[in-house]
Amino acid sequence: MASTHPIDIDYVANLARIALTPGEKERFSRQLGDVLAYIEQLNEVDVSSVEPTAHAFPVVNVWREDEPRPGLPLEKVLANAPASREQMFVVPKVVE
Amino acid sequence: MSEPLHYRTATDLARGLAAGETSAEEVARAVIERTQAVEPKVRAFHHRDEEDALEQARASDRRRAEGRCLGPLDGIPVGIKDVLAVEGQPLTCSSKMLENFVAPYDATVIRRLKERGAVLWGRLNMDEFAMGSSTENSAFQVTANPWDPERIPGGSSGGSAAACAAGEAILTLGSDTGGSIRQPAALCGIVGMKPTYGLVSRYGLVAFASSLDQIGPFARSVEDAALLIGAIAGHDPLDSTSYRAEIPDYAEAVRSARPPWKIGIPGEYFGEGLDPEVRAAVELAIEFYRAEGCEIIDISLPHTQYAVAVYYIIATAEASSNLARYDGVRYGHRAAEAKDAVDLYFQSRAEGFGSEVKRRIILGTYVLSSGYYDAYYLRAQKVRTLIRQDFLEAFKRVDAVLTPTSPVPAFKRGERTSDPLAMYLSDIYTISANLAGLPGISVPCGLSSGHLPIGLQLIGQPFGEAGLLGMAGHFERHHDHHLKRPPL
Repeated sequence: MASTHPIDIDYVANLARIALTPGEKERFSRQLGDVLAYIEQLNEVDVSSVEPTAHAFPVVNVWREDEPRPGLPLEKVLANAPASREQMFVVPKVVE
Repeated sequence: MSEPLHYRTATDLARGLAAGETSAEEVARAVIERTQAVEPKVRAFHHRDEEDALEQARASDRRRAEGRCLGPLDGIPVGIKDVLAVEGQPLTCSSKMLENFVAPYDATVIRRLKERGAVLWGRLNMDEFAMGSSTENSAFQVTANPWDPERIPGGSSGGSAAACAAGEAILTLGSDTGGSIRQPAALCGIVGMKPTYGLVSRYGLVAFASSLDQIGPFARSVEDAALLIGAIAGHDPLDSTSYRAEIPDYAEAVRSARPPWKIGIPGEYFGEGLDPEVRAAVELAIEFYRAEGCEIIDISLPHTQYAVAVYYIIATAEASSNLARYDGVRYGHRAAEAKDAVDLYFQSRAEGFGSEVKRRIILGTYVLSSGYYDAYYLRAQKVRTLIRQDFLEAFKRVDAVLTPTSPVPAFKRGERTSDPLAMYLSDIYTISANLAGLPGISVPCGLSSGHLPIGLQLIGQPFGEAGLLGMAGHFERHHDHHLKRPPL
């Protein structure tokens, strides 16, 4: 398994889209280093001929009839919006 | 029965309601008054609407008077973990991210409870986004263990467990991803059950780790847990992982179950780290079953030691993906000062999430990131297969596996908050059932010398809830642990 080297916290925080304070970076790096060291024990297990489990009881091909059904009304969808106007979500400007 | 209304079981109250000895309004008032009296100590609720609960109770009484009673749960107050959507009510997941969120629809389990006339009562505290084992990760409040206010109630469904144990509700609902129902049930001295993955619809449950999450009951008797599980179980087209299983009469299964059974004792669950008093209480339970004619079989679940590591890869990976939806755009917290749209994500998530949630998102993102996926996530999924096979192999020889629920009784507040790994190990006996998708139930089996509850866990075969509840109920019938009340 990968790392005995510490986690690249800036890279991962960027992927996760979370701004971390310097204090959080230091603390999380250390704590996650401990957790990753603990996880290293999985290297002992021979998994060469084992299939992965994504779900304990895989249910496949779950289809429904392709029929239109009512969704949530607009006012309910927008009721929790941080900002909305004219039945739209308002966000900061994306394109110049 | 001399118990006050707020401490009676749903089964008993249903009888009393049917006989006209009490009314749903009287029961609701008793629960409300009890909550007013003890809530300053317990702090289990985020939100309560007393008038709404009384109105639901009066509607139940009217139905009954008109001969339209909806079954044994009609008029029974059920507390709801603040992770399940109830239309028009707050849904916070104990997170600042959802502090002002109001659920726009009902979860399937909530719809089912409404159809059965249950009185939905309040929003119960939890670890933020169900991530934790002590309810200390709530962004809003600390819930006390009703047996000792200095101690944690367990988690993540700590509010649900504490409220039920303290008589602030007759029944409560929680969710269990790695032990979040069974562990707090054990630590608060009540019954808690995680059903087989797929038995209960997850529609309207805020997602943490989708391949592990299940909704389940807290109750003060096994029969009550059976009643609530029967009400919420069943196929739902709105959850693609929902299973088309036959739903038997679980409460009847509890009443009619009789030994002998074959019970497996996995040596791996009785090793280092198990508190001697917990061990002694669980061993007494094993001796009870033996004396009842059960065959007690030593078994091995050889991959047990890897369960926590597997869990913290899979659960955090799934969480990092599920919680990507909190971006400050459509709902949830939005940072006031963002330079642009992308900065809005960074700042909203930084402000909205607490430490443990950030830590888990970072870990989950890391184990899924390019170059590490095979080494961590894929390997964990393979070891998950081995853990599941251990159990399926054991179930060729035994009807159920008996273990402690938690290695220790309730610990003190603050004792584990600075060491995430120590906190993660709180779930060492409960996590495997989630990874293998199996049903597990925790039943009170004693008190420590410090008067803290101890729980016994039974893990059963896939969709073997009826048998498992029967075994648990048989233990309860011959003991009085479930009748002990916290010194509030």
